[in-house]
Amino acid sequence: MAPVRNLREAYGQALVALGKQNRNVVALEADLGKSTRSILFQGEFPDRYFEMGIAEQNMASTAAGLALAGKLPFMHSFAVFASGRAFDQLRNSVCIPGLSVRICGSSCGLSDFGDGKTHQALEDVAIMRVLPGMTVLCPADAIEVTKMVPCLLDWKGPVYFRINRNDLPFVTPEGEPYHIGKIWKLRDGADAAVFANGVMVSKALEAAEALAKEGTSVRVLNVSTIKPLDVEAVIAHASGVRAIVVAEEASVIGSLGAAVVEALRGVRHAPVEFVGVQDSFGASAENYEILLRHYGLTASAVADAVKRLMQAT
Amino acid sequence: MQNNDTVKRLYRIAQQLRVDVVEMIGVGKAGHLGGSVSLAEIVAALYFHKLRFDPKNVGDPDRDRFLLSKGHAVLIQYAALIEHGIIPRSEIKQVKTLAGLLQGHPDMAKTPGMEAVTGSLGQGLSIGVGMALALRLDGRPSRVYVIMGDGELSEGQLWEAAMAARRFRVDNLTAIVDRNRVQATGPTKEVFDIPDIERKWEAFGWHVLTVNGHDVAEVLKALDAADHVKGQPSVIVADTVKGKGISFAEHNAVFHNGMFTEDQYRQAMAELETRRAELARA
Repeated sequence: MAPVRNLREAYGQALVALGKQNRNVVALEADLGKSTRSILFQGEFPDRYFEMGIAEQNMASTAAGLALAGKLPFMHSFAVFASGRAFDQLRNSVCIPGLSVRICGSSCGLSDFGDGKTHQALEDVAIMRVLPGMTVLCPADAIEVTKMVPCLLDWKGPVYFRINRNDLPFVTPEGEPYHIGKIWKLRDGADAAVFANGVMVSKALEAAEALAKEGTSVRVLNVSTIKPLDVEAVIAHASGVRAIVVAEEASVIGSLGAAVVEALRGVRHAPVEFVGVQDSFGASAENYEILLRHYGLTASAVADAVKRLMQAT
Repeated sequence: MQNNDTVKRLYRIAQQLRVDVVEMIGVGKAGHLGGSVSLAEIVAALYFHKLRFDPKNVGDPDRDRFLLSKGHAVLIQYAALIEHGIIPRSEIKQVKTLAGLLQGHPDMAKTPGMEAVTGSLGQGLSIGVGMALALRLDGRPSRVYVIMGDGELSEGQLWEAAMAARRFRVDNLTAIVDRNRVQATGPTKEVFDIPDIERKWEAFGWHVLTVNGHDVAEVLKALDAADHVKGQPSVIVADTVKGKGISFAEHNAVFHNGMFTEDQYRQAMAELETRRAELARA
């Protein structure tokens, strides 16, 4: 069954399925359940759903308490609040003891295009990634969300996962078995490697298609597990190419780009370019595509970056 | 009703816990003395009488949970766990060392018997509410005890947790406020005055009890009374003396996280021993 195209809807459905599979799955929400789609879980399991009100800090530490007493808590808010408002609680209550709390950062990146900079999360990847033991995920489409959520049942330790607000094109294969921690090659190519995640995976595939017409073959890699990063796979995919581009809907400071470059330390490699949001907050816009264009998160930006690096070598 | 022997025994244990704490701090090393020893009677009453807790089986899922939201007072919890034999007594000289089991704040990875990581103030009540909800879902008989400081009550998260506990009608949790009226920088009245603590908890929907936190019989009575409160959470506001039992440290913010000189250490131990001898005769 092909899932819906909307990542939030796919998430809500997957969470319900997980709840049916294991009675220790519980959900906490900060008054955004209609948006994050945790409301679907509430409908099925009202006793295991905790509407915590607009109080993200208490929600995070309460999730820690539930985990300490044997539950598998999924806490929900917009990415900007889930990661930022509750940072100290995630650090101290959750990450220091290494608890298996699942943090759903919904409406991540610029995907809440209308609400503007206060509601858009571009720093979340960087601040979640720096927490020791935190797993950080960013699925590319609804298919991947549907496969990723069941993996959260047995994965050890805290997990922060970003969920895009909007309908995204299907880019990941439906049948293939899935697990956390792998870098997924979606298109092969020999001249350049593009490491991407989230909405930027479809942009990278578009760029690769355009570049192929010009005779440049580009490998596109879906790095939906930002941490723990498969360092060996990064090195393997980066070797032999003439250009390495990292494309993400997050700050160029501290996010996937930084993680890829960290992985390439001590290894001879081709020049690297980042397609991401330059040290900046977001903005309100008429629609998502306009906003992505404004911040240079487009297929042509990825293609231009590849060409620029290849001309330089 | 508690019998007189229990009360006497708990007073003696409380005094032993104070001695252990002073020994842990030692000479020339900073340690959170004041807010640890203000809790001696309360911690003795919980760990040596009230808690459903088997020192031989600290992972029992049906155990009661003891959480120090004021994690800096962990020395008094270490003392209780040492007296229970859960932490080896040799660790008393190893507090806050790299090789030792006893960190400056509660650390589940290093120390047996710790129920959570606390220390960044304001988080313990939320953790306790989460535990209480999970225990209730599983139909366990366990109760959760969360100790906060009065200075800590300025943390907004505690009041988020207070609202959540009321909203979910958490009645398998007893919170305790260690009202010793001194915080790190000085008396709470001067640093950050929070008047009408009881009325604030009442307004948040909690059942409130006030006790003298150094009166074991009163503490036990309040702990028992909280068990019978249904449909709402309970809080015991315990009036205590910061640094209780060590004359020069009482009400003294210097010993919030102070250091003993050699003379002060000797005097502290002498005072505690004198009182211990009195309690032994009582």
